[in-house]
Amino acid sequence: MDSLDALVAQVQGFSGTDDLLHLFSLLKQSDELLHTHAPRLQYALSSLDPAKHSLGYLYLLEVQSSGTLSQEQSENFLALASTFLNVCIAEQICLAPEKFNMVCRRVKEQALQLQEPLRAILPLQAAIRKLQPSSEFLTAMHADFLQMCLLAKCYKASLSVLEDDIFEIDQKRTGLVPRDFLLYCYYGGMIHIGLKQFGKALEFFQHAITAPATVLNAITIAAYKKFVLVSLIQLGQFHDCFVQVPLFPKYTPPVVQRNLKSCVQDYVDLATSYVTRNIADVKGYITTHEDAFKSDNNLGLARQVIASLYKRNIQRLTQTYLTLSLQDIADNVQLDGPKEAELHILQMIQDGEIFARINQKDGMVSFQEDPEQYNTSAMTMRLNLEIHNIVRLAKKLTSVDEQVSCDQVYLSKIGRDRPRYETEDFDIVPQKMYTNL
Amino acid sequence: MEGGGGETMDEMGGGGGGAGGNRAGGGGGTGAIAEQIDVESYASLYTGHTKVARLHFIADYCNVRSVELEALRMAFEEIKKGENTGLFKECVEKINGRLGPSHTLDQEWIDMVERRAAQRQEKLETELNGYKTNLIKESIRMGYNDLGDFHYGRGDLQHAFKCYVRTRDYCTTSKHIISMCLNVILVSIELGHFVHVSNYVSKADQTPDVQDPVVVAKLKCAAGLAYLESKKYKLAARKFVDTNFELGNNYIDVIAQQDVAVYGGLCALASFDRAELKSKVIDNINFRNFLELMPEVRELIHDFYASRYASCLGYLQKLKPNLLLDIHLYDHVDTLYEQIRHRALIQYTNPFISVDLNTMASAFKTSVAGLEKELAALITENQIQARIDSHNKILYARHADQRNATFQRVLQTGSDLQRETKALLLRANLMRHDFVMKGGPKQQ
Repeated sequence: MDSLDALVAQVQGFSGTDDLLHLFSLLKQSDELLHTHAPRLQYALSSLDPAKHSLGYLYLLEVQSSGTLSQEQSENFLALASTFLNVCIAEQICLAPEKFNMVCRRVKEQALQLQEPLRAILPLQAAIRKLQPSSEFLTAMHADFLQMCLLAKCYKASLSVLEDDIFEIDQKRTGLVPRDFLLYCYYGGMIHIGLKQFGKALEFFQHAITAPATVLNAITIAAYKKFVLVSLIQLGQFHDCFVQVPLFPKYTPPVVQRNLKSCVQDYVDLATSYVTRNIADVKGYITTHEDAFKSDNNLGLARQVIASLYKRNIQRLTQTYLTLSLQDIADNVQLDGPKEAELHILQMIQDGEIFARINQKDGMVSFQEDPEQYNTSAMTMRLNLEIHNIVRLAKKLTSVDEQVSCDQVYLSKIGRDRPRYETEDFDIVPQKMYTNL
Repeated sequence: MEGGGGETMDEMGGGGGGAGGNRAGGGGGTGAIAEQIDVESYASLYTGHTKVARLHFIADYCNVRSVELEALRMAFEEIKKGENTGLFKECVEKINGRLGPSHTLDQEWIDMVERRAAQRQEKLETELNGYKTNLIKESIRMGYNDLGDFHYGRGDLQHAFKCYVRTRDYCTTSKHIISMCLNVILVSIELGHFVHVSNYVSKADQTPDVQDPVVVAKLKCAAGLAYLESKKYKLAARKFVDTNFELGNNYIDVIAQQDVAVYGGLCALASFDRAELKSKVIDNINFRNFLELMPEVRELIHDFYASRYASCLGYLQKLKPNLLLDIHLYDHVDTLYEQIRHRALIQYTNPFISVDLNTMASAFKTSVAGLEKELAALITENQIQARIDSHNKILYARHADQRNATFQRVLQTGSDLQRETKALLLRANLMRHDFVMKGGPKQQ
């Protein structure tokens, strides 16, 4: 019986709950051994049950997939890994999150190499669920998973993961690095763009931009570029956020605040020309800077900015006019003619963005008010749901507050920072302070 | 200077055309100025520096040769009465021989005045030094005051300002303080430093026992000018309409009574609401005295209040060329006119549920299309709550549904709250785990 067989036997023998820690230390020592027997791991794996011996399987699988794989090998690996990720036992793999992350990353890499990102989506989704202690935890797989969804253009598939609000960041339990968080925010924002949920996308990009950082990095810059374009589409404006209106919260890292704008001058200029609401200007700007947008892969988004300006200009008209002829609309919005104006308005009525009727006989459009009266049961339900959400959030906030106020580190820091009063201080401290002491 | 004049002309031409075209265009506008402005009677309203400054201003901006020369001639004569040789040279340069040999550079006069001035300055300075060594407070104050007066007369405003300000340390009675403030204000207005003007007005206001109604009126005028200059029209209007009629001709080295009526009236129209206009302007017996001096302004205010907008705007249009030649007002004429017009439009639409645009256009002597544009702009700025039925040319008032608006706001606030709270919770956790994007290769 050689050492590999012995290890396999140990894995089979010690996979019970009681011996798991023992097995874990054994596996940690046998890294070298596994590498020397790499070619035979295929067989060793087949004698293990991924649903029972998850920890051992994980170690073997990781070593087996290291190095470059031939096409056949990577097919084989993907099949094994998919099964493994689906059936493995969460408490076993949680012992070795780094190994688990590595296997998942290999899954992504292999799927990319085979140019079939679709195949990695479900395994990675399963992997996220296995490693997450609860749905509020971010894992290292989140970013990879979203990237696969983006590449496979399966935006909807990502929703189950994206809809969970992420609060918990735990490096020890999930083996995260800050880059994973930034990528998660960036890809998440992109998927929301793909789904045309621009509000959500802004939220994600904002996370990426405000994430604590001591250096400016490429992900932040890319996120910021998209942020500018999306806020034009969604809000119709982009405040010079670092000077006038604090669109970003105060906690945005100073290094980002200082340096970001100079990196994205093209985008800021576009925003400035957008506020003039002059379609020709915006179009001209995008055409002259087409290369810049193209190289950032933002040209499509920039074109959507133009489309949004048409919509916004039409929406402004509804605030001012009750009826207006198609010709006047076309003139006002700088469309080519009544025909095109009609098309735009039809589309907007369909999307619920304006409320209007077109009278084709005399070419008049009559704008109406929003018919929503807030008296339907569906609206009540929605309100109810929102209230529940907020109550839940408030509870969470209270519990976090309690946690923090009981936190050893926090308390000791507060104790240290609290000023001790020297005798001369008492002269300047107002009398009120004594009563509080 | 010529360039500036040309611009003003263009604006005026445009303004005339826009308001119903009662004037053919630029050429007609020039004629109107030439007819309307009577330089001699205008200049007779003022004395001292402001007279010269205003005449120069007219010469620079009126763009009509005859008026320009008339203004320059009067300025020349006025300057010759004083001892400001610098200004004299400038004036002669502007005249450029166009008024014949009697109005050329009089070197003899200049030399004489300068010699005298140098002697006088020396004398004043020695006197002042003498007072200083003897430490007689009152005399030092007088000395500085005299020196200030001297510099002011010579046109050296910076030095005059310094001297007047220095008297402050030697003021012993409130009367002294008031006269110091008035001197500083006078110089500052001429320098165009309106920050100093409002500073010293408030300083003077804080001084106890200011009884003299003339002084109070002067201070109000100065404050009004300062507010006007900083585009705070409402505050300016309040100051001007509160000005006592006792002002009389006592402040014509700065402002004439007619000016108080014009500045106050226009600012009030542009910024007061209807109730304020009634109580503070129309029912204001004191201000009525001023308005009597400018019947056009009085009429246009009454027309505005009685909603006779066409006639009101007509008066305004007639006044415009003169106002554009006013040294203090010219910069604000367009803004004020625009605001008055907007106020008129808003006031017109206010009581109606629906307004026929044709009727309204004739009331404002403008075309329906133009009116529609103006209204659309006001609606977009949320100044008028209404919507235009462009098909039937009717304006409908729009009453915001409070209930719906509240629901909308509630939903919005709710989602904002959730979003921000979540972001903060996430952030708190990021910070707790010290999850900071750091530089260096170790990230990879």
